Amino acid sequence: MSQAQTQSLEGYNFAYLDEQTKRMIRRAILKAVAIPGYQVPFGSREMPLPYGWGTGGIQVTAGVIGASDTLKVIDQGADDTTNAVSIRRFFARTTGVSTTERTEDASIIQTRHRIPERALSEGQILVYQVPIPEALRWLEPRETETRKMHALEEYGVMHVKLYEDIARFGRIATSYDYPVVVNDRYLMRPSPIPKFDNPKMDNMPALQLFGAGREKRIYAIPPYTKVKSLDFDDHPFEIQKWDDCCALCGAKDSYLDEVVMDDEGGRMFVCSDTDYCEDRRVEGHIGPMGTPQAAE
Amino acid sequence: MNIETTPLLSVQSLGKDYGGKIGCTDVSFDLWPGEVLGIVGESGSGKTTLLNCLSAQFEPSRGKVVYDTRVDGPRNIFDMSESERRLLMRTDWGLVRQNPRDGLRLGVSAGANVGERLMAIGARNYGEIRGVASEWLEKVEIDTNRIDDRPTTFSGGMQQRLQIARNLVTNPRLMFMDEPTGGLDVSVQARLLDLLRGLVTRLGLSAIVVTHDLAVARLLAHRLMVMKDGRVVEQGLTDQVLDDPQHAYTQLLVSSILQP
Amino acid sequence: MYVAVKGGEKAIENAHSLLAEERRGDTSIPELTISQIKTQMTLAVDRVMTEGSLYDRDLAALAIKQARGDLVEAIFLLRAFRTTLPRFATSEPIDTGAMHVRRRISATFKDLPGGQVLGPTFDYTHRLLDFSLMDDGNETEAQQDLSFEPGEALPRVSKILNHEGLIQQEHPDADDAAVPDLTREPLDFPAGRAVRLQNLARGDEGFLLALGYSSQRGYGNNHPFAGEIRMGEVEVEIVPEDLGFAVVIGEMTVTECEQVNQFKGSAVEPPQFTRGYGLAFGHSERKAMAMALVDRSLRSAELGEEVENPAQDEEFVLYHSDNVEASGFVQHLKLPHYVDFQGELEMVRNLRAEQQQMNHKKAGE
Repeated sequence: MSQAQTQSLEGYNFAYLDEQTKRMIRRAILKAVAIPGYQVPFGSREMPLPYGWGTGGIQVTAGVIGASDTLKVIDQGADDTTNAVSIRRFFARTTGVSTTERTEDASIIQTRHRIPERALSEGQILVYQVPIPEALRWLEPRETETRKMHALEEYGVMHVKLYEDIARFGRIATSYDYPVVVNDRYLMRPSPIPKFDNPKMDNMPALQLFGAGREKRIYAIPPYTKVKSLDFDDHPFEIQKWDDCCALCGAKDSYLDEVVMDDEGGRMFVCSDTDYCEDRRVEGHIGPMGTPQAAE
Repeated sequence: MNIETTPLLSVQSLGKDYGGKIGCTDVSFDLWPGEVLGIVGESGSGKTTLLNCLSAQFEPSRGKVVYDTRVDGPRNIFDMSESERRLLMRTDWGLVRQNPRDGLRLGVSAGANVGERLMAIGARNYGEIRGVASEWLEKVEIDTNRIDDRPTTFSGGMQQRLQIARNLVTNPRLMFMDEPTGGLDVSVQARLLDLLRGLVTRLGLSAIVVTHDLAVARLLAHRLMVMKDGRVVEQGLTDQVLDDPQHAYTQLLVSSILQP
Repeated sequence: MYVAVKGGEKAIENAHSLLAEERRGDTSIPELTISQIKTQMTLAVDRVMTEGSLYDRDLAALAIKQARGDLVEAIFLLRAFRTTLPRFATSEPIDTGAMHVRRRISATFKDLPGGQVLGPTFDYTHRLLDFSLMDDGNETEAQQDLSFEPGEALPRVSKILNHEGLIQQEHPDADDAAVPDLTREPLDFPAGRAVRLQNLARGDEGFLLALGYSSQRGYGNNHPFAGEIRMGEVEVEIVPEDLGFAVVIGEMTVTECEQVNQFKGSAVEPPQFTRGYGLAFGHSERKAMAMALVDRSLRSAELGEEVENPAQDEEFVLYHSDNVEASGFVQHLKLPHYVDFQGELEMVRNLRAEQQQMNHKKAGE
């Protein structure tokens, strides 16, 4: 699946951004790694892809990627969704690095809305695309105030929201972008990954970097850092569960996409992480609607 | 019998200027545990400016406000870091604003409003937080069945009582109140004053109450300070000041009370 | 049998080809040329340069052609290109007082030195569609040379008001303080006036127009007067290090608007007029005027006025003025969100199931 390409974009620097800008991004990343979970402002540049479509993740990746890296790009857990394709092509054109769909072969993984099912290892970097970095934004629209709240660790208002959910619905009603506390200090938004993925962030061997281009913030979780999802002692954090397994590979432990079969409510469920699903099928796992697959 | 040797609050030569004008100046007093001090005067007297300086909403132009902290003893609150001050304001102090809508979160339930301070200092058990909130609603005479209702559905008097509960939940030692009965119907005022008096006595609270209403002052305060044009013109025991005013301005105020 | 859909890469390629076809349109019709756009759609080019933050008429025309006339898309193209450009100098501030004026009006005085020069304006046209423009080649040769040559320099209205000390002085921040660059550093609050003006200059014209309008209609106490609006060419100078003196590197067309507003004075200041300032590339009056109204509104806090309305709210205005950011984020909703939606589906289904259970229990009691 890997291919190496010679650099084909005339007149542009490696990874599109000039070296000054990359240095600026790396300085922000270093600061972010030194203060886990803290949002570092950075001079986000206009990129050839629109704001809101991954420019933050792209700038972070552009800041750290080198000629010997292997890049994987996923969106909704799949390599083949349109925006993942678009971003992967962008890096292929501007860097010529190898790309892959296999999680274990990638040194850098840029992702939107999922963490891969397969556990990551030391030396890998996971780059998240973040739309709104500020965890307190919905409760407090003013930037001047939220900055103070982070500095003074005034996070009580976040628990007020959770309390209110329980009072109203009987449970915490947040299903994605679920707030966490990093390294027992900073309140952080993990980006719109489903809460199902939150436990993977805790003590992860890989480096996790978060880029918000439009909002101009970078933050990070260094390897082996404590990440705890907010909850109450008597209403502990819970991840999503399905009654079904993956129709293609039979997995019971992965996040499942719902596929609508007909307009009478017919549904099936399939692994969101396409690479994980394919690996399982190659290993011989077959789901109720899958067909035996020859090894590739 | 007061065995304390340190006042809870010691204010020394406090003053605040705005542009070229004096907001308040030359204010000094001590406040002891369990004592209620009333600050009275008409609008423009500087009493609200003074309260704002005392409660650390504004920084004064000169003078000190020394608070006897639980852990470190007497400290000038303006020598503290912003973080220490804000923590103090959320735990050991309470601030009841004239308009309860300014002192409540209108978008969340009564229970959440009362429980917020607890959550801010680390309470993490929903059931317990809800239990404590419920207790306090009862103490301020709000029907506990309304714990999940939003303050926007409460009457003015209920909102004010909710604001008081929200502040008392961390057992503060000092309360600042700015016209706590302002804008309420007379019968509602009476009920609120009764409640406040009861709470202050039972909980051993100290309080500083700003009001233009001498009747409120007489009911709540042990001591009074009368302000005019930014200065304290008279101070002393409430009954003495109101029954035997010495300063011409105090005499004017007292004689202006409408008799029923 | 369900087969996972693949082929996103091919779909994208096909979409690009289709787009290129639509852009070109009917090939029997002559292709639009850059010079046509540059010379006959000058106001579109002006807007793209202003909000793209790049003064280059050819590139702006190219962006408009490539974007099929979608100006916000064209602005995006120009901004993305700008990112890659190396910077070799910072210019001296342009001197609009030394402008080669082609249009200059003032609503505050009936007449003033230099006169009221209408220039090429839509202002007094009757908005009647001119059907003679439907066919090409109906243009007649210009009868006379109508361009304006000022006999003498045109003094600023603000300077005239200044003689009596009637108008508030503009004070630059501390002498040698570096002017922050909004395109290099993230926005921080409170933003200073320099950063606010940069943000507004490249802000969306429609957004500023609405905010300016709201300030006139009572959502903000403005009482504005158009002190002066001038349009024309100014020289751009840099001071190269090894020369030590200013050198002209080119000229550009700008539109400048100074709004004059009333101010009641305070305990320490006597009553004076205050200003709002607007500046845009090319002939962009609506933009410059809207910008001046919003600039003045945003000064409310520093002038001690009540801040109550959206046009006065610094964070609200400056965070939402950039149409490249706004367009990106609004349109990003088209991207797949099915993973999160799945989470919401699960949540809602569970909540409904729980509620039903409760209702059954209650009914049974």
